[in-house]
Amino acid sequence: MSERERNLSGSWQLNCPVLLLTTSDCVTLAHGEGGRLSRKLIQECILKTLQPVSSLCLNDAAPLPRSERPLAMTTDSYVITPLFFPGGDIGSLAVYGTVNDLAVSGARPLWLTLSLIIEEGLPLAVLERILESVAQTAAETGVQIMAGDTKVVPRGAADGLFINTAGVGELMDPVPVGPDRIQAGDELIVSGPVGQHGIAVMAVREELGVEPVPQSDSGSLFPAVENLRHKLGARVRCLRDATRGGVSAVLHEWAAASDMTLSIEERLIPVTPEVRGISELLGLDPLHIANEGTMLIAVEQGAGAEAVAELQGLPGMSGAQKIGEARERGIAAVTVRRTLGAEQPLADPLGSPLPRIC
Amino acid sequence: MKYLDEYRDPEAAQRLLTEIRKTATHCWTLMEVCGGQTHSLLRHGIAAELEGTVELIHGPGCPVCVTDQGAIDFACQLAQREDVILASFGDMLRVPGSDSSLLDVRTAGGRVQVVYSPLDAVELARRYPERQVVFFAVGFETTAPATALAVRQADRDGLENFSLLVSHVRVQPAMETLVEAPDHRVQAFLAAGHVCTVMGYESYESFVETYRLPVVVTGFEPLDLLEGILACVRQLEQQQARLENCYARSVQEAGNRAARDLVQEIYQVSDRAWRGFGVIPRGGLELSPEWSQYDARIRFEKQALPVLENEECRSFDVMTGQLKPTACPHFGKRCRPETPLGAPMVSSEGACAAYYRYGMSADHATA
Repeated sequence: MSERERNLSGSWQLNCPVLLLTTSDCVTLAHGEGGRLSRKLIQECILKTLQPVSSLCLNDAAPLPRSERPLAMTTDSYVITPLFFPGGDIGSLAVYGTVNDLAVSGARPLWLTLSLIIEEGLPLAVLERILESVAQTAAETGVQIMAGDTKVVPRGAADGLFINTAGVGELMDPVPVGPDRIQAGDELIVSGPVGQHGIAVMAVREELGVEPVPQSDSGSLFPAVENLRHKLGARVRCLRDATRGGVSAVLHEWAAASDMTLSIEERLIPVTPEVRGISELLGLDPLHIANEGTMLIAVEQGAGAEAVAELQGLPGMSGAQKIGEARERGIAAVTVRRTLGAEQPLADPLGSPLPRIC
Repeated sequence: MKYLDEYRDPEAAQRLLTEIRKTATHCWTLMEVCGGQTHSLLRHGIAAELEGTVELIHGPGCPVCVTDQGAIDFACQLAQREDVILASFGDMLRVPGSDSSLLDVRTAGGRVQVVYSPLDAVELARRYPERQVVFFAVGFETTAPATALAVRQADRDGLENFSLLVSHVRVQPAMETLVEAPDHRVQAFLAAGHVCTVMGYESYESFVETYRLPVVVTGFEPLDLLEGILACVRQLEQQQARLENCYARSVQEAGNRAARDLVQEIYQVSDRAWRGFGVIPRGGLELSPEWSQYDARIRFEKQALPVLENEECRSFDVMTGQLKPTACPHFGKRCRPETPLGAPMVSSEGACAAYYRYGMSADHATA
């Protein structure tokens, strides 16, 4: 019999329901209603865990320090099943994702907000573990959490936990010009093996039982961006983390912005054996699968080898490769050269990839 | 990658291409039976390399494309029931029924669950005893044994909330239907290697004898396909019609005995409506009477529904090799993967999807 059932069964025992809920080891709706339990959750769980990387206060808005440089701002929401996956969890993903959005925009990530939408019944231990991961990732990436919010929604209205973030960073000099300035001859580089995050999440969510278990590439891109900016300066045209839709989606966006044909070579694209094996089995194309710590970079003609060498010297970037180049617009916006050398259009991903029957 | 890279070696592929060009004295028309072969031929650029030497036309071999629209409509209806979870392979979800797809039904609140194996559907039934779990059993002889195993497992576990919407189809009767059409263009077949892995290829002996057409059992990697094509071309040049196995690393003459026994135990051969083809005699499998308690059609008493196939879709012509997808007036224009007129554009094994993905021309891309 649970403690709750024991308390309810003794009709003579006058128990305050709030008192009952305070002993729960799960998040309850009362935790989100702004009263004593909300304060308890925020102070004893959230603030305490985030303290080392947080300037969180309970005021309505957080004052930001004055900045010498122009600022950049981004926001994103993180929704993932399962909350923990090989190589990360929703907490680290939320921080890395926002930091990376700033980094590839040419900004040094400084401040984050953290909004938690918690499903009633989420074990407090799970929430604490995720917050610890947020704190650790924020410390690693050097960002401060400046403001936050907590909502609890009824069971069934969310999938455990959703996290929304906003991120603010300081623009570095020079800021990459952007994909509309890609020119014929520009070289295309990928910072590491593709498709790892999507395949890792799919393998655990669908219990595919594969060995070795694929690992997500979830990680910070800022050190690599800073290094490239330092070494190559304005020769870096643009950068983008290849998240949903994978490398293919980024290439299509860039091709549309620049009106160039972006042409890549299949044999040059780094793919781990695990990702390749699962993709072959399920009929998925690694170029369409999400990444969380892998980016595409376009650099001026002639700068590709130097950019690849710089990247390969950084931790976690040894798989960086030049994979193709930009050309005047030809048969299709994005093309891939496969086994026999024929150049073919690369499909723009349509929704999420579905595994095939055989 | 072991067992993969060695069958994608570009130099070996070039050698085989040269040999095929040297051997062919004029352009032969070969049909690859399986949609997976179509995708591989286009993805690796083989069809383009052989233009003028061999014309490759695609056969009926996409189980998703040929699944009867009535079955999809019934699956959609089941998924809308409060008490049902409809379990399906992923690539069935986008295929349009008469007025919606399983994906539409899921968006509207229906319970549609993607599974990777029929045994996952059995697990769902175990996990949700208060619901009826129906597995949409689609596929050729390749997937039928796994479905059969799921039935046996559910039976062993005494699960009363598990059933199958069986839509398994058989390849050879479709090939017979094709070559009995007076205007067919097929001069030789690349038989589907994975089907033969399960069922063997003994039964093709009589097919070859009856129709006097070469049949070469062929795999899916570039070198497999090139070897299969070369074998066909050699036979045609020598005016022979034999059965050959170019996929010996996977296929044995008798197939997989255990899998065949399982198929025989659980199913019986039946006539089956194929999308675009109509009813093909002996063209499908259904649960045998001893296992009919697992038949969702019986459990849910399916009423025959009017099936509204899109008349503009020329899937029959495409799936019988009469029409190249790119020659269809709707290809790449009104019919695209995001707005398909029919199954061959939506299925991951579909011929039109393959041409769109790997072979679309510039005018289609911008139309």
